[in-house]
Amino acid sequence: MGPQHPSTHGVLRLVLELDGETIVGAEPTIGFLHTGIEKTAEQKKWQQVIPLVERMDYLGAQSNSLSFCLSAEKLLGLEMPDRVTYIRVLIAELQRLNSHLVWLATHAMEIGAISVMMYAFREREQLLNLNEMIAGFRLFPSYIRIGGLREDLPRDYKKAVKELLDKMPAAIDNYELMLTKNQVWTKRTKGVAVLSKEMTLALGLVGPMARAVGINYDVRRMWPYLKYDTFDFVVPTRTAGDVFARYQVKVEEMRQSVRICQQALERISPTGVYDCGDYRVVPPPKDRVYTEMEALIQHFLIYSQGFTVLKGEAYVPVEGARGEHGFYIVSDGGNRPVRVKSRAPSFLACQALPHMIKGGLIADVIAAIGSTDVVMGDVDR
Amino acid sequence: METPVQIPFDAQVLDLVREKVPADAIEPAPAVDMPTAYVAREHMLAVCETLRDHPALQFSFLVEITAADYHPATPRFEVVYHFACLGEAFAQPAGAAVPRRLRLKVRVPDNDLGEQSLPWAHSLTPLWPAANWLEREVFDLFGVAFTGHPDLRRILTPDDWTGYPLRKDYPVQVRKDAASWSPMQLTVEEFAANVRATRAASAAAARTRVDEPVPMRTDKD
Repeated sequence: MGPQHPSTHGVLRLVLELDGETIVGAEPTIGFLHTGIEKTAEQKKWQQVIPLVERMDYLGAQSNSLSFCLSAEKLLGLEMPDRVTYIRVLIAELQRLNSHLVWLATHAMEIGAISVMMYAFREREQLLNLNEMIAGFRLFPSYIRIGGLREDLPRDYKKAVKELLDKMPAAIDNYELMLTKNQVWTKRTKGVAVLSKEMTLALGLVGPMARAVGINYDVRRMWPYLKYDTFDFVVPTRTAGDVFARYQVKVEEMRQSVRICQQALERISPTGVYDCGDYRVVPPPKDRVYTEMEALIQHFLIYSQGFTVLKGEAYVPVEGARGEHGFYIVSDGGNRPVRVKSRAPSFLACQALPHMIKGGLIADVIAAIGSTDVVMGDVDR
Repeated sequence: METPVQIPFDAQVLDLVREKVPADAIEPAPAVDMPTAYVAREHMLAVCETLRDHPALQFSFLVEITAADYHPATPRFEVVYHFACLGEAFAQPAGAAVPRRLRLKVRVPDNDLGEQSLPWAHSLTPLWPAANWLEREVFDLFGVAFTGHPDLRRILTPDDWTGYPLRKDYPVQVRKDAASWSPMQLTVEEFAANVRATRAASAAAARTRVDEPVPMRTDKD
């Protein structure tokens, strides 16, 4: 099955061993999308790595750049002002919403509920418009930078976000109306691709996959970054561990993301700083670059030679849309990283596929792949 | 930008691990983000077993296995493991341990070759099934073999790939001439003469085509 099968999320190939319709054995083959991003990143200066890592998990682009920047800032010992932190929270949660919407749309479509896709992509389009507002680029904005943000939020951005957030709860209700009590949907998802609690963690699966089986682990709760401990939200869990439980967890997560976004929106002051103000790392503001010699020199230095990062290694996990996600980075004190490694949740989800589908039917393979929410860019990197 | 605070290694973890292995098998190292230690290669499995199964530790979540190449330093490679204990979220029946994170590193020299004539480390796949693909990835990209691994094959690159791409001595962008292209074997004059001859022949053919019947192809041809 695959790699050109329409329901294998890009270029996943599964070699299935069958007994009639029942699956006896399965072997995922990956690597069709391997582009050596980690090798390329070692040749780039620190700030040039950000557009590269955003292309790894291309549905959660800003969760990549966020975790990379947090790791680099850990090594640099930089503290972010509150306003930057809250804008990052907003961006991260909108990205999670974005990723979950694509997951819901494609997952439902693969199982046969095509109309859900139309509605989910309608809202996702508006999220991409928001990305376009902050960066001019809809999929990979590269808005989060080491030491802060690329620039301040554009005028009317908060208004546009608010409009979308006001619409979202009703929109999510609408998706649920089409699926949750739909008999076709429940029969295709309940009791399918079940993983036990022990097996889930032994296979390194965290995030929505683990919360669907009752492992109440969310990086935002257990090891808060970006001041998530000051936000009011619920970590949804289920115990069934099947495709339907994963669906319920993710839909509930979307509601919680909307709540976090609303709180972040209230906390972001209309004007203020958008970086940490350490001009060894972030370029000085444009008005100073145009008027002061020193600022111009510093701007030129950062963009021509880059900045150095203290020698050491760091791994700061964040809760991505697919689970714990982080970058292990090593610096030798130079202006280019020695090693950049993404902890890719999709890679491990892919590894777990045979354990989930063994003994099931071919038709359930599609439901299983959809529920793991693998992004092949994240698997192959 | 101040020098970040170094995180000390947990004394409790260190003591419990040292119950099973010699004291010099685990050696704390400075790090800014989480407790870090170097572990002697031959004691790695024993250390991990204690970490996973001891009721006061319960590091049941293998977060990540990766490696780094410090060429030309010796020992050349470091295999890096991240672990986490999830506390209440995933506890042994007797009770939960404190949630915490841990990084262990194993130094792998490149002059002590094991199976497949490669630098080697012990496989953690018997303890965590998740290690299976993570170790295959390290094997594929760094050429570090894991002894005890059930299925050590390349995973991201094709099976017939040569070399280990993430090693520092692997060239970044190999530019090769496309095999289908070869330089022109004619001089410019010969080329021009050829073109003229072809044009003259096709012009002559076009002139005769109207009044001469097209020769029929026979079986003898």
